[in-house]
Amino acid sequence: MKSKLGVLIVSALLLLAPLVVPTWTVFILTKALFMFIAVLGVTMLLRGGQVTFGHALFYATGTYTVGFSVKWFGFREALVLVPVGALTGLIMAALVGLIMARYRGVFFAMLNLAFSMILYAVLLKFYRFSGGTDGLATGVATLAGIPIRGSSFTFYYFSLVIAGLATFVVSRFLASPVGHFLTALGENEIRIEYTGESARRVLYKTYVLGGGLAGVSGVLAAFTVGHVVPEDAFWLQSGEFVFVALLGGFESVAGALMGAVVFEFIQTYTSKFFPYAWQLVLGGIMLLVILLRPGGLFAIYESIVHWLRPKKEGGGHE
Amino acid sequence: MVTIIILDGLNYAANLFLVSVGLTFVYGVLRILNISHGALYALGAYMATWLTLLLLKVGLPDILTYFTLLVGAIIIGLVFGPLIERLALRRIYGSDIHIQLLLTYSILLILDDLMKLVWGTDPLFVSEPYSFIGMFEVSGILYPWYNILLMGVAVVFGSFLIWLVRRTRFGKIVVSVIYDREISAAMGVNVGLIFTVAFSIGAFSAALGGAFIAPTIAVVPGFAIEVVVMAFAVIAIGGLGSLEGAALGALIVGLARATSIHLFAELELVVIYLIMVLVLAFLPKGLFGEVEERRI
Repeated sequence: MKSKLGVLIVSALLLLAPLVVPTWTVFILTKALFMFIAVLGVTMLLRGGQVTFGHALFYATGTYTVGFSVKWFGFREALVLVPVGALTGLIMAALVGLIMARYRGVFFAMLNLAFSMILYAVLLKFYRFSGGTDGLATGVATLAGIPIRGSSFTFYYFSLVIAGLATFVVSRFLASPVGHFLTALGENEIRIEYTGESARRVLYKTYVLGGGLAGVSGVLAAFTVGHVVPEDAFWLQSGEFVFVALLGGFESVAGALMGAVVFEFIQTYTSKFFPYAWQLVLGGIMLLVILLRPGGLFAIYESIVHWLRPKKEGGGHE
Repeated sequence: MVTIIILDGLNYAANLFLVSVGLTFVYGVLRILNISHGALYALGAYMATWLTLLLLKVGLPDILTYFTLLVGAIIIGLVFGPLIERLALRRIYGSDIHIQLLLTYSILLILDDLMKLVWGTDPLFVSEPYSFIGMFEVSGILYPWYNILLMGVAVVFGSFLIWLVRRTRFGKIVVSVIYDREISAAMGVNVGLIFTVAFSIGAFSAALGGAFIAPTIAVVPGFAIEVVVMAFAVIAIGGLGSLEGAALGALIVGLARATSIHLFAELELVVIYLIMVLVLAFLPKGLFGEVEERRI
């Protein structure tokens, strides 16, 4: 998404979408938006050559921020809870990241998974506190004091604004020196240290930012869905984030958005036609993407653009 | 009390060792952390239990159930080992680590769901192997012989793998492939075949763990991922790729878990991860890990 034109087209599409598509898809698009925000963190880490199978840890931190806020204070103001969710996600990531930034590769992937499973088990076990398997109901959000339903147009546009802000932050981060070092992290860590930057610090900053974004995503998710459950921290949720990042192609921010939208539709149709084969569909598509098209949807889009304009340079190449 | 803690600890250790030895073996040879290991374990548990139940219905004597458990594990190893290695893993040797992790992860997702489709979501349970050999009394408590048998299986299988790698021609070839694939190929070793066999041995050991642990638990869907996380913790403590490391890691975690269950029950859930983080904080390569050169 380097070109200004591309940004304009995508924004226009997202702005106009609810007016054109059937009403039930607005809910799906809202889900795609918060999915997208959470996946940004996974995408950034993949850029640095690191996979996390436990990103749902921070997403669940966000959803339960809303859950507890409603349970203890009856407080549902989305304008306040979104920054609070970002903060709790950031704090959680800042703490866990202290350990995580030391590891790479398989250790990074598996330790993340282990931590998210600890949170899942805690949420299940301390049911007096967290509602156990039933989770907590969040009710209807208020926006500047006015109640809005999670499936409404207003909430869609609210999520769109937040997603826009998240995209802006991530683009700036990736364009910053730390962002460039992040790409180098996947290639060659020692060279980063030759330049005087600490590879561990680069990973830590990325990790914390990703955690904050997942926290925001969790807040939006809690209000869209209307309740929070321990499954928010479950490994399958983390797996869905990884799936979206991979499906979209993690070379670009736009890939994550494409991946999220396609993912939500795959999920809707799978639960309609193959209700018991969700993991099978996820895994199968993931396997095909890895074996056939490691760049994901974005790479397919790029090759189509390239094919349509064989004389010129391809559209969104970096 | 102490006797029980030690017995329980050894029993957990045997479980953990059976769960994790295949993972470390595959990592040692292929340099891939096989996330689908957990699913192969669960497949072994399902296949062995299902097969045993089926044969018990047609009049299999109880004593032969141990044999059918083993057969179940062998079937899984022979079918899924070559299948996964040839169709999927083969294409991503030499890819980035994150691609390898994602690929084996997607295989786990697929297999985990396939099991639900084939065997349903009701728990499967075979009790004959467990009840057949009965109990014995130790410091006033009845303790099942099956747990002792499980320790025996772990020791025998672990020794078998170590013998296979250290003392046989196949083992020598595997070691040469680990050190240098190209030179081994140049010397006439069929590296592709070695990989298939090595992965199948890993798949078989996962299934074996599942098959023999199945009679002590009810086999339910969805425990694949927990198994692989636990197995990873064990082999990370011992050092990725080291068979002795897996044994020592299993012993440490097993005894620690038994102690925590009997003395501080709240810690049970996190004790394995606490040990892993502690060991890795001081010994990033684990207890028996080899030092890898950093990439330049």
